[in-house]
Amino acid sequence: MPDKHLSSQFDADLNSLSSRLLEMGGLVESQIATAMRAFTQMDIDTCNIVIENEKLVNDLEIQIDLACTEVIARRQPTARDLRLVMAVSKAITNLERAGDEAERVAKRTKRLIESGSAHNINVAEIRLSGQMAITLLRRSLDAFARLDTTAAAEVVAEDRQIDEEFRGFVRKLITYMSEDPHMISTGLDMLTIAKAIERIGDHAKNIAEFVIYVAKGSDVRHIPHEDLVREANKQ
Amino acid sequence: MMSNMKTMFDLNKIDSQGGKVETTNQHSEQTAMNALEVRNLNFFYGAFQGLKNINLDIEQGKVTAFIGPSGCGKSTLLRTLNRMYDLYPGQRAEGEINFYGQNILEPGQDLNLLRSRIGMVFQKPTPFPMSIYENIAFGVRLYEKLSRSEMDERVEWALNKAALWTEAKDKLNQSGLSLSGGQQQRLCIARGVAVKPSVILLDEPTSALDPISTGKIEELINELKHEYTIAIVTHNMQQAARVSDYTAYMYLGSLVEYGKTDEIFIKPKRKETEDYITGRFG
Repeated sequence: MPDKHLSSQFDADLNSLSSRLLEMGGLVESQIATAMRAFTQMDIDTCNIVIENEKLVNDLEIQIDLACTEVIARRQPTARDLRLVMAVSKAITNLERAGDEAERVAKRTKRLIESGSAHNINVAEIRLSGQMAITLLRRSLDAFARLDTTAAAEVVAEDRQIDEEFRGFVRKLITYMSEDPHMISTGLDMLTIAKAIERIGDHAKNIAEFVIYVAKGSDVRHIPHEDLVREANKQ
Repeated sequence: MMSNMKTMFDLNKIDSQGGKVETTNQHSEQTAMNALEVRNLNFFYGAFQGLKNINLDIEQGKVTAFIGPSGCGKSTLLRTLNRMYDLYPGQRAEGEINFYGQNILEPGQDLNLLRSRIGMVFQKPTPFPMSIYENIAFGVRLYEKLSRSEMDERVEWALNKAALWTEAKDKLNQSGLSLSGGQQQRLCIARGVAVKPSVILLDEPTSALDPISTGKIEELINELKHEYTIAIVTHNMQQAARVSDYTAYMYLGSLVEYGKTDEIFIKPKRKETEDYITGRFG
């Protein structure tokens, strides 16, 4: 059986949705990387770049959402085409929120720099989980591009490591703040940043789950990981 | 003769609500009942085999849609369900079609009675060249002796069922051919409903109609399914998705996939089905 539609325009429309999702993913990935660089270097100009570029992410979300609506209106997609359109529509929501989190990191970093209290806490976990979140998001988008469900299942599993880093950092923050109440304000900013990164990992995980939905037709949200892996590897 | 009488008697026992014959259901653990059960059905146009070993259940009170490319056998299958093919020499069916437990392919059936229990509406509206009133009364008179007032009531009831009463009540004596295409098709549905069938077969009922008339027929299907079992052949996949509870995809005389419409259109099991409904069929 052919893998192309009778209508080549329909193929073009669906391919365009996927490639624009990846384009938006690339932009969000870059936003997160820039935000993490701003945090690591405590550089206010870099923070401003992230805050400035956030509207590009929002614009892309609106454009791709419109494109999804147009495909539904014109083509009435079914089966895997329908699942793809639904998944793209949901994935861009996740990307937009990941973009919001990057902006949050930038804004809080800016506040930390302005308060002059940035370097009082060891933030190794934040840096590490920031890198992990970027990698995870990239891998979830790669899995989406190739509809690679095995890779998607790995992304879901690895999101747990980011969650673990976050919990470790929270425990450390609590120690800092209980030892020195003057640290509470800085600690809360750090907590917000750590939470933002943890949320980015969640969004990457959600996108990975949509990959399994598109490819296998199974909704794997909120199911035990073993079941998810089974669905991902189902023939 | 005796067997003929028996068959007529049995068919008469099957009322529009599905009858009193107990059957077990194949595809639902609920108390759902099948109006029709097709078993190992093969159909031949002379030497050409049009249907190949079809097995499927049509659940009572649901809409079952048959989809597939031209020549796949979907209309052929529909025509076997009330033995419409019997009108044409050289066409024959083998296997079983159990209508509330009774195999209608057995010899000795009263086909007129069968077709009053399993009515059919065709692609092109086919009103008789007579008044709107007579279009409906004509079929009823074949099976029932009604007084004038009872017949008036039946005509109004049938036109109401077909959502045509409001438009037709002031011109019941006008020719059925004076109605628009969509109204004519609803008149044909009213005519079918008037004899209180159990099953209504619709063979591409909207393919000759404009979108508004199509919408009205689809709405009507939705209304009628509460009281009747409906099987519909359609070339319009979106129509199948809109109106049916179950969908059967056929190809080259075989049943490729049969299941709940939601599953067929979101997550079909067979790649052939997916290729067809997503428009990848070449």
